[in-house]
Amino acid sequence: MSDNHITLKLKIWRQENKNAKGHFDEFNQKVSPDSSILEMLDEVNNKLEAEGKIPIAFESDCREGICGTCGLAVNGHPHGPLPKTATCQLHMRNFKDGETLYIEPFRAAAFQVIKDLIVDRSGFDKIQQAGGYTSFNTGSAPDANAIPISKTNADLSLDAAECIGCGACVAACKNSSAMLFVSAKVSQFALLPQGQPERYDRVQAMVKVMDENFFGSCTNTYACEAECPKGISVSNIARMNRDYFKAKLCEEKVEG
Amino acid sequence: MSWFTDFTNSSLGKKFIMALTGTLLMLFLIVHFIGNMMLYFGPAAFQKYVETLETVKPLVRVIEIILALIFIFHIYNGVRLWWQNKKADPAKYAVNASRENSDVFSRSMAITGSVIFLFLAFHLSTFWATFNFGTHPETEYPFYTIVSDWFRVPYYSIIYIVSMGFLGFHLNHAFQSAFQTFGLNHKKYTPLIKKIGTVYAVIMALGFASIPFYFLMGGK
Amino acid sequence: MIKLNSNVPEGNITEKWSNYKFSMKLVNPANKRKFDIIVVGTGLAGASAAATLGELGYKVKAFTYHDSPRRAHSIAAQGGINAAKNYQNDADSVYRLFYDTVKGGDFRAREANVYRLAEVSNNIIDQCVAQGVPFAREYGGTLANRSFGGAQVSRTFYARGETGQQLLLGAYGSLNRQIHLGNVEIFSRREMLDLVVVDGKAKGIIVRNLLTGETERHSAQAVVLATGGYMNVYYLSTNAMNSNATASWRAHKRGAAFANPAYTQIHPTCLPVHGEAQSKLVLMSESLRNDGRIWVSKKAGDTRPPDQIPESERDYYLERKYPAFGNLVPRDVASRNAKYVCDEGRGVNGGRAVYLDFAEAFNRIGKDAVKDRYGNLFDMYQNITGVDPYEVPMQIYPAPHYAMGGLWVDYNLMSNVPGLFVLGEANFSDHGANRLGASALMQGLADGYFVIPYTIGNYLATEKPEKANPESSEFKEAEKSVRDDVKKLLSINGKQTVDAIHKKLGLVLIDKVGMSRTEKGLNEAIKQIRDLREEFWKDVKVVGKGEELNQTLERAGRVADYLQFGELLAKDALNRNESCGGHFREEYQTPEGEALRRDDEYAYVAAWEYKGPGESELSKENLEFTNIKLATRSYK
Repeated sequence: MSDNHITLKLKIWRQENKNAKGHFDEFNQKVSPDSSILEMLDEVNNKLEAEGKIPIAFESDCREGICGTCGLAVNGHPHGPLPKTATCQLHMRNFKDGETLYIEPFRAAAFQVIKDLIVDRSGFDKIQQAGGYTSFNTGSAPDANAIPISKTNADLSLDAAECIGCGACVAACKNSSAMLFVSAKVSQFALLPQGQPERYDRVQAMVKVMDENFFGSCTNTYACEAECPKGISVSNIARMNRDYFKAKLCEEKVEG
Repeated sequence: MSWFTDFTNSSLGKKFIMALTGTLLMLFLIVHFIGNMMLYFGPAAFQKYVETLETVKPLVRVIEIILALIFIFHIYNGVRLWWQNKKADPAKYAVNASRENSDVFSRSMAITGSVIFLFLAFHLSTFWATFNFGTHPETEYPFYTIVSDWFRVPYYSIIYIVSMGFLGFHLNHAFQSAFQTFGLNHKKYTPLIKKIGTVYAVIMALGFASIPFYFLMGGK
Repeated sequence: MIKLNSNVPEGNITEKWSNYKFSMKLVNPANKRKFDIIVVGTGLAGASAAATLGELGYKVKAFTYHDSPRRAHSIAAQGGINAAKNYQNDADSVYRLFYDTVKGGDFRAREANVYRLAEVSNNIIDQCVAQGVPFAREYGGTLANRSFGGAQVSRTFYARGETGQQLLLGAYGSLNRQIHLGNVEIFSRREMLDLVVVDGKAKGIIVRNLLTGETERHSAQAVVLATGGYMNVYYLSTNAMNSNATASWRAHKRGAAFANPAYTQIHPTCLPVHGEAQSKLVLMSESLRNDGRIWVSKKAGDTRPPDQIPESERDYYLERKYPAFGNLVPRDVASRNAKYVCDEGRGVNGGRAVYLDFAEAFNRIGKDAVKDRYGNLFDMYQNITGVDPYEVPMQIYPAPHYAMGGLWVDYNLMSNVPGLFVLGEANFSDHGANRLGASALMQGLADGYFVIPYTIGNYLATEKPEKANPESSEFKEAEKSVRDDVKKLLSINGKQTVDAIHKKLGLVLIDKVGMSRTEKGLNEAIKQIRDLREEFWKDVKVVGKGEELNQTLERAGRVADYLQFGELLAKDALNRNESCGGHFREEYQTPEGEALRRDDEYAYVAAWEYKGPGESELSKENLEFTNIKLATRSYK
């Protein structure tokens, strides 16, 4: 908890709305190394507001790295250069005095800029609505211990389920592919007995909606895994591929 | 056939075709590689090898057609993927950080693939056309002569050697990527696959490139 | 005065809920689609309610101010969820969970509600497992449990430190399924700014589209609020940046009683404030207190680094004052004592932290063993503070965390405004004056999955409410008042930012209406809040326009409500002349300095009615304890 403030040159993306042309605004900001990058933006905004200027629009909520709301690219890295760290957990002590930071929104055709650093990630919800669940009505569940689940599979399932839906994988991918996001959900259920009845329908439905929503295809660069704040593994993508091919090529049911 | 077009039009279906055709092409490369290595056993051995192939010409033709189809599928799909991905990503970041989150081999597949395509056209229009339809020189071992004559021309050899560099780049990613696409990823064997892929890519690139190099350096 | 009827069914406590379910009126399955239900909020309570009501066949409209339902702050809950499964064979039971919760709540909760909560807790676990929530498992494949928050049985189910996330994603999945099936329509990026009451019944809401700034009228036969707690009134809290009290407060202004706002939980083991720019506080699991020792210097104003303060000059104040429980005293006791030593000038980090020291644990079990137990928390601490807790003692400080108070509801979870139901942290609910660890998730899901689907049906079948016309005068009036508020905020054009005023309010509240309260302090706070309110409406600066995405305007509206709500919070604390749970009045303590409950006079729910800005009227719902004997908590 030091008092040695640093001064950074910030180049922040400003864009009034989705149709407007964006540009970078420049700010010189003195900041405590103990602040998070979002707290630094708060300070920039406070100054702007006090001067009667329009503050920078950016989103955040829990500021604990779990809700997935925050998301901006710092020097080309979604969530900034620190591995396995969400934007809100990125502290300024990771930067050097005098450094220049380019702060931009997540960039992808599927994530249209709404304003400044806020993008529209509703494509993710559409994919989830297509099949990211098990079809159990409330009240119809058997006793929780009725079906034992191996610890290995439960842990692997949770590894995948830790995805916070922030979209960093799409933003990092040179193809704006959502494969890591989709495969994380598909894998969570593929690894559990509760997910089996709809396993092959689910993967087909989710991939279909993914393709419809302007996400690109995976070319196995693994940039998604490198930038994912939760370190979701690309082995989930492999698992989804297996399930998808099996669904399309081997399953009895013909209609997708 | 709706399920089929459904599959081949999906992003995963396209990937599957990419990996499948790519794998077949990688297998073909091994066969081609072994054939080329015959050159190092001397003109007679190489002549014998080509003549043996000539005896099963109809079969070779069928295989060639299948190979051509595989290539076309691979390239066609590659272009479709490239186009889909182009549309999915309208803007780049002010600072390019891709070097820090992915390797150059995986990011440059479209570029290396395009160069290989150009090389392929060049290769077919020269060696393949000459072997099959051209006038063969009046020497004892005409096929060997064709090869050695071409490769003694520096610009020709250099095109080959450089192209093989691109091929190596392409294969280094292609090999392990195909396994990932087929869903074969496991912490037990994925690191090994990646190593084998690199070894395969290096052997292919160096091996193929060694021949023009050999002749360029004055090999008989 | 509002007449508060708790509508608790007759009969033995163990049979109330089952008998009541049987006696309820049902809506014919074919008729369910004729009923529109609005659900505001998509956290655990809201998402589970919307999904389940959709499954039953009602037409549900779900609203969230987030871009996606999955962002709700339930997602940040770390510890776990309680259930009386007794899988560990350690003599747990529905009755024991009921007993622990009533006692833990310091006898200020409604017995019948708590019993029902304990009863349905088991169904929740079944439901979540069926949804594919990957709970922690034993090697044999059965569910793992741990003991949590000082409970004497292991009844807490968990998924690493991300239980809230996994449960919310389960409910989000069920909600998505209903959206896909067309039973639920989701309205994201909409903030509820008013409740519409027609002929005394809740019939709709006014929302602001946060992207366009347009107001929208939505009509329905019933409105369900699941909009979370109000702890952001303190400015710095563990709540998410957007968590707010506006939906609850606006409903309160339309007639819904606000109950027990003074019951606030301040969590002892949070990361300390780093400076002026601090935007929120981060919680660390209180399990750290199992092996960490809390201390400060014996001398006030001691600026020596911790390794230069010899053992003899350290005050392990919890161990000194509570030899039996030591560092494991309940949350409120630990928090309050941290405040006291800091008030004495013995705190570190500028008087805003105390040490949590693992040196003794390193010696006793070794650094590796400590790492095994708390490695992720140590990493988190180091990531946020930049200090290595293996070398230097951690610093911790209490932070506002959870609101036990909320809108008053009866046994049906319906407020005193018919047709307005309130779930989860937004209601005053089942936790009494203090919430136990791992009980918040349980309550949110119990309300949403297993209570509201029954009780709302009973309301709809009994009252047969008509759908109100969105063109009616009530809707137009409500919409106009929302628009007028926006105009007014934008027109002030003063000098202070919204955040600056919110910070001032937070400082007043945490100082005088926080962990320890006095009559004098509360009276001062009320005056200061009133002044601040005046200051706000004269001097706040809200930039931008109303017809666009304007985050400053969003915050301004919320802070305007806090400036009213904060006063009610102080008033309720002033009214309650006793100490119980999260509410501690210095005048009411035992000679040993412990909370002194006054059951004869204060065993009631304080429900406040809105009578204009700064004006409230108190109604009381007496609490009867027929099953559990009133007793005093002791940790000596």
